[in-house]
Amino acid sequence: MLTFLIRRIAIIIPTVFFVSIIVFGLQQLLPGDPALALAGEERDPQVIQFLRHKYHLDEPLPVRYALWAKGVLQGDLGESIRINQPVLDLVLEKLPVTAELAFLALLFSLSIGITSGVISAVKNGTLIDYGANVFALWGLSTPTFWLGFLLIILFSVKLGWLPASGFVPPTENLGRNLATLVMPAFVLGNASAAVLMRHTRSAMLQVMNADYVRTARAKGLDERVVVLKHGLRNALIPVVTLGALEFGTLLSGAVLTEQVFTIPGFGKLIVDAVFNRDYAVVQGVVLCTATSYIVLNLLADIAYFLINPRLRA
Amino acid sequence: MTAILAAETNLAELPDDQPWRRALRRLVRRRGAMVGLAVVAFFVVVAIFADHVAPYGPTATDWGAVRKAPSLAHWFGTDEIGRDVLSRVIFGARASLMAGVISVLISLSFGVPIGLLSGYVGGFLDGLLMRIIDAMLACPFLILAIALAAFLGPNLTNAMIAIGISAMPPFVRLTRAQTLSTKVEDYVEAAKAVGNPHLRIVLRHILPNILAPIMVQATLAIAAAIIAEAALSFLGLGQQPPAPSWGSMLNTAKNFLDQAPWMAWWPGLAIFVVVLSFNLLGDGLRDALDPKHK
Repeated sequence: MLTFLIRRIAIIIPTVFFVSIIVFGLQQLLPGDPALALAGEERDPQVIQFLRHKYHLDEPLPVRYALWAKGVLQGDLGESIRINQPVLDLVLEKLPVTAELAFLALLFSLSIGITSGVISAVKNGTLIDYGANVFALWGLSTPTFWLGFLLIILFSVKLGWLPASGFVPPTENLGRNLATLVMPAFVLGNASAAVLMRHTRSAMLQVMNADYVRTARAKGLDERVVVLKHGLRNALIPVVTLGALEFGTLLSGAVLTEQVFTIPGFGKLIVDAVFNRDYAVVQGVVLCTATSYIVLNLLADIAYFLINPRLRA
Repeated sequence: MTAILAAETNLAELPDDQPWRRALRRLVRRRGAMVGLAVVAFFVVVAIFADHVAPYGPTATDWGAVRKAPSLAHWFGTDEIGRDVLSRVIFGARASLMAGVISVLISLSFGVPIGLLSGYVGGFLDGLLMRIIDAMLACPFLILAIALAAFLGPNLTNAMIAIGISAMPPFVRLTRAQTLSTKVEDYVEAAKAVGNPHLRIVLRHILPNILAPIMVQATLAIAAAIIAEAALSFLGLGQQPPAPSWGSMLNTAKNFLDQAPWMAWWPGLAIFVVVLSFNLLGDGLRDALDPKHK
């Protein structure tokens, strides 16, 4: 286990290094003088000079990267030029909202995706299997923001059952919190459910043809026990790790969902920052999402190692 | 449907000698893929001949018909300044299809050579390139595309570049993996043994043999790129008003969901149908080129 962990972490280090290069490199894409872009409408030479000095724009590129990386390692992701607040504070403030949304979306996608995947595999080649595959294609092809609009039109405008937008923290009112998040979570989890359904179906089809499943059937076990205990338990091994990775995808997918439902999370933070030319925030969000994705990837690998007895042997 | 049946009949007469013909025959037998192809072809024709097909100009306003529900005069209704939604959906197909195809061409033109280089040369270069690709994969696709579009500046060209770069890593991974398995084949070894230069071996002996999975990936990537372009335009980072694109139409529609829901129905439906068609075509291609795949 320790050797596995060390080897895995050794791979992560260069990946994190290159992620930092990408994030730092983003600023170099700004057309013209970055100080001018950062100054926005302000064209005061003194402000531009101040920004140039503050962001070390007068230093050579490698020196700038080293200074930036040193700051990041010390938890300094820069400062928002719009609200003069450290980027890390902003990210930490918004992250719980997005994490809750992504968690609920994952619950939706796991429950819908795994159930439909299992049923589809067990009923392989039937109309139910066909229907489940159509559902998966539908999930993969529906733009999340459009699905969000359709649900708002139906459940908020026509039926008036759910709020169309906004967010109430769970600490304030859990019922209203869930009411505001049920539609966004479904919208966000929809595409992931389709991905999970396809993987579960494929894994189940493979497992259900394995010798040990045939043996279980030959012993005269009830089909439900064969499917759930012998089939699903083994088919779930790759699906669980995929679920961890999907959580990372959901964190980024939240950008659009939060925009549709006006949820003040991570996604809304990056979109607002883009339009306010608040580049430090954009860089901070990219860095944080990439880092959390790498950590989730590591956790998924560890989970795969732990739940797969053949790897531990 | 008649065209599909005719194509199937013609292909049935072809000798069963070449792998690509067998694959084509398998593809034609897949009704889903053929329907997908027909729908994509329909949208391409509509986009090309938008000037002749659309009943109104994409930016023509009619202040007497603001937010009118679908009617005989305006089949898909009108938007907040009286523009015909159908005409804008038709012209919007240009931006969406162009963004889908050009983004994937950008991904292919960088991803395939890098994957070939990485897989063929191997060693330190392979390790270095793969760590860079790992880093790109660690940045979620949409977040990276948003960040790139933000720093490059919001317009359709930059959105296509941003999507193309963000969608490149899977092509590098796929090409590299295919190159690694193909470069040890006997015919590649034979080509090396007779003294062919490396470039010739890669271009003449490896690349043609790994194109099939890349084509499948490209078809599916077009679907993802169309959604990504719509997402960027929806966020205001792609096609800029008043030029129509399905994503920017949805962006406007979000402010009128209760008064004019048709403004959201049609552009969204168009994205859904085109993306579904590309997915059907991609799935069909994958099944046709790799019959073992379930």
